[in-house]
Amino acid sequence: MSEILRCDNLTKTFGHMVALNHLSMRIESGKIIGLLGPNGAGKTTLIKIINGLLQPTVGAVYICGNTPGPLTKPLVSYLPDISYLNNWMTVEQIVEFFTDFYADFRPQLAFEMIGRLGIDRKMRLKSLSKGNKEKVCLILVMSRNALLYVLDEPIAGVDPATRDYIITTIINNYNPAASVLISTHLISDIESVLDEVLFINNGSIYLHDTVDHIRAAHNKSVDEYFREVFRW
Amino acid sequence: MDWRLDKKRPICPQICEKLCVMIASGELGAGDRLMSVRDVALNAGITPNTVQKSFELLEQQGVIYSIRGSGWYVSDNAQVAQNVFNELVHTKTVNYLNDMESLGLGKKDIINIIKEFRYE
Repeated sequence: MSEILRCDNLTKTFGHMVALNHLSMRIESGKIIGLLGPNGAGKTTLIKIINGLLQPTVGAVYICGNTPGPLTKPLVSYLPDISYLNNWMTVEQIVEFFTDFYADFRPQLAFEMIGRLGIDRKMRLKSLSKGNKEKVCLILVMSRNALLYVLDEPIAGVDPATRDYIITTIINNYNPAASVLISTHLISDIESVLDEVLFINNGSIYLHDTVDHIRAAHNKSVDEYFREVFRW
Repeated sequence: MDWRLDKKRPICPQICEKLCVMIASGELGAGDRLMSVRDVALNAGITPNTVQKSFELLEQQGVIYSIRGSGWYVSDNAQVAQNVFNELVHTKTVNYLNDMESLGLGKKDIINIIKEFRYE
């Protein structure tokens, strides 16, 4: 098992706002990890730093030994929390676009999943419903053959049956060399598929543990434990 | 096989339990091949790592064995699986009795209820 991601003493401030506060952690290959925390905990800031969209104020992130940049872009497949695709493109065009863009993109897999979810590949993105657009985005991200998948809120807008399909897709795509980092609030839907969970609060790691250990130690599901820890 | 899991309990022991039940109930016999790690993971909606860990745990206890490049097989020692099965029967019975007793029923009442019980 090798180290995929390491955060050393990460701090990010926006003016007086401290978004990340001396956060350190490491993620090994072959793991599915849930990044969980209340609103404003710093989840998206952390994810943006991992993807090089933000620079840390202090500290550093290493992906397979490199700081985020041209060397890590081919290794990381990122689903942002907002849609960034061109709305005028059709599903088919966007798949071709990704095929041109990423050497590790598997168009056949993408079309297979798009067909399976009953999405018309001739449709323009702007005419897709919010949920279907999210599905397309996730399919694009999971169709890459990357070492680290970073999914920011992948299942928030989709129906429960599709959530199950997405979870199946994540399991099916499992690769012992790769890891998946998923940020979500829908813990109960996703916790059984997670190897480890990271609780983050006020910009620091509150807890980094395995799902089975949390359940054994507290006699609760991770979802129930989260509600207890972060109760107002 | 019903792969639904209890969300409050660790997943690994639950997978072990389910496989032991399959073996003790005769659904899987000595020498039979188990489902692949991936199939169990997909059916139960859990990560393949947990399935792998469960299989390895059962291997340590001598319930199953692996053949490199081929898969996992049921060993001819069914004792451990039988013990797990018996334990499960015991806890489920205790749970049932506790539920019935909390309704104010005694052991005799419960036995009568079971004797006279018919599925609709």
